[in-house]
Amino acid sequence: MVDVAFGPEPGKRPDLSDPRHAYLQMVRLKRIYGAVLLVLFIMLLATGFRVAQSRNAGDFLSGLPMLGAFPSEVLSEGWANRANVPGLALHFIPSLIETLNIAAVSTLLGGLLAALLAMLSTRGLAPFPRLIPLFRRTMDALRALPDVVIALVLIYVLGGGPIPAVMAICIHTTGALGKLFSEASENADLKPVEGLASTGARWGQRIWLGVLPQVAPNWASYLLMRFEINVRASAILGFVGQGGIGADLKVAMQWGQGKYDEVVAIFLILFATIVVIDRSSDWLRTRLTKGAHHG
Amino acid sequence: MVDATLISTVSGSFQRRKWLALAIPVVIFAYLFYAAVSFDVLGVAARARMDNAQNLLADFWSYKVSVVRDNRSGKVMSAIDGDVRNAFSPDWVKTAGRVTQIDLGGGNLVTYDAQGARYVVPGYGTISITAPDGKLVLDAPQPLPDWISASDTRVGVTTSAGRFIYTKSKVETQRFFAGWELFFFTFDSPFYGKSIGQLTALALWDARVDPSQPNWEAMSHDFLTNDLWHHGDVLWAIFETLLMAFLGTFCAALIALPLSFLAASNMMPWRLPRFAMRRVLDFIRGLDALIWTLILVRAFGPGPMTGALAILMTDTGLFGKIFSEALENIDEKQVEGIRSTGANAIQRARFGVLPQVLPILMSQVLYNFESNTRSATVIGAIVGGGIGLLLTQAIQTQKDWEDVAYYLILIIAMVVVIDWLSGLIRRKLIKG
Repeated sequence: MVDVAFGPEPGKRPDLSDPRHAYLQMVRLKRIYGAVLLVLFIMLLATGFRVAQSRNAGDFLSGLPMLGAFPSEVLSEGWANRANVPGLALHFIPSLIETLNIAAVSTLLGGLLAALLAMLSTRGLAPFPRLIPLFRRTMDALRALPDVVIALVLIYVLGGGPIPAVMAICIHTTGALGKLFSEASENADLKPVEGLASTGARWGQRIWLGVLPQVAPNWASYLLMRFEINVRASAILGFVGQGGIGADLKVAMQWGQGKYDEVVAIFLILFATIVVIDRSSDWLRTRLTKGAHHG
Repeated sequence: MVDATLISTVSGSFQRRKWLALAIPVVIFAYLFYAAVSFDVLGVAARARMDNAQNLLADFWSYKVSVVRDNRSGKVMSAIDGDVRNAFSPDWVKTAGRVTQIDLGGGNLVTYDAQGARYVVPGYGTISITAPDGKLVLDAPQPLPDWISASDTRVGVTTSAGRFIYTKSKVETQRFFAGWELFFFTFDSPFYGKSIGQLTALALWDARVDPSQPNWEAMSHDFLTNDLWHHGDVLWAIFETLLMAFLGTFCAALIALPLSFLAASNMMPWRLPRFAMRRVLDFIRGLDALIWTLILVRAFGPGPMTGALAILMTDTGLFGKIFSEALENIDEKQVEGIRSTGANAIQRARFGVLPQVLPILMSQVLYNFESNTRSATVIGAIVGGGIGLLLTQAIQTQKDWEDVAYYLILIIAMVVVIDWLSGLIRRKLIKG
């Protein structure tokens, strides 16, 4: 039996006379491997950090004390002109709304396109099962490109304004949501779909009445999460490209001293908006996925 | 027998659902309509520069050779992309004395001579331009088609064979060819114009072209220092971008691990530090990546380290939250077992908790590394490091769209490779 358990070849056998010793030796070996790997990994991080630092304009240690300098400069000027801040915050509300609109429109359009792509690429529901890999790779490609890159190219063609930003975020959203949507609809129960098919329902009707009601809570939850991400993305897009609150922030930052009260106002409303949206979407999402509690 | 109130509730809720199913699409469309109006969609459609789009697409798959004559000195130069460093003599350009003949193919013939220039377009006629006293005089069959733009100072002709531009100072003819010329080696490299077979032979067994170094070394040197494409710099930028994502993600994980113990309700019995740590993590996460990046750039200057630190800051907040949630969901029995042997808190964490959560945490970290390779491109554009910087520079100069295409392909390749790699490792980790 022992020969079978340890293989047919005669050779070194674990010394079973002292199992305690053998076990401890094994554990020790494992720990040494773990420790060596950890040390190697930390050395890799340290080397990488040194390389990154050598390519950086300023180094880490001399920058560290400066870390607080900029925020304190901004905050002290903001505090000195604190009477202006509420007025400035009101002044920037329209661009904040533009940023939010960009995020909302691109989430909605991206969501609609993603729903279509997801239905076309879900096993069991797709009208053309042979094309499933094609649609999946399409979504992968849409997801791979950073939205800022798409936006910059589109700005060159379409000129400034919110449309390039919407299109860019929309493309990325379609890819990201399409994957999540199709994963959710793969878990949907196919019995209602079969029932509808037996009544002679067309493909669109089967999806609309058989699948959508099942996946709607999950989809809505993903949509909300994406909206959170897209609000941030559209602020960044404004900063790199143009349009919305990001562009205002860039102008105020580049102006430097004298406009820091504007920076404070923009930071405040941006921070507040992001927190409010995160919180409310958190709450809505738990309600959607765990069900509304009655009473 | 049927309860009347049940019928009314059920049909009432059906009615409500019906209305909701109608109302939601209507609201969505109303909102999209409002957005279309406020974003001025029609205005954008009118302002769109389709010629820019055409340039961009043309540069994606082709390169141009310009034949330029300086009208003052009369000197003629043919060069790829109009760059002096890439001058050469193509066989479709013939110069004899002061007359230069350019054959654009398909019967399109351009002639530069002492008086000016002529362009013979098949099916249209001869476009002739002279400049007797500084002003351009255009002689072409009337009425002028819309592919000829003419003024006193500039005449431009765009046909399917190429582009022809006459200004007071110079006359330029551009012909387009498919592909990216000089992608591997420039004219000054001895390896220019060799086939793949010849190059393999040279690299592996043929005699040295330059006696001082092996051929493969000379080849990689010539490739990496390619004057037109700068492969060496581009590869380094890709490496920098990956480095930012790698450093940021993994350092954040190392920092967030101890913090998450302080924020988990089953690890930290005292309310106050737990509450404080959670608010700190919330604050770090809430203060957007953009704001962190801006603050860090002021302190550390532009560069990849700043980018890595920006990723580190945002991810520390995120990991702190995710890790502490994972810690709260562990199986307490293993911790109990370790506790029964008299282990202290650190030993319990090391032997009771970590083995349970480590695969989940690692998988989460790898997933974030994946998404951070994408964000590192964007952060690089803000902090000025990596491929993001090269890309935004190339886009902003609005000239070298073939570079943009090259960078885009590299970014997609980088993201795909990292996705694949991290997916592979994650599957291994989950299976154990």
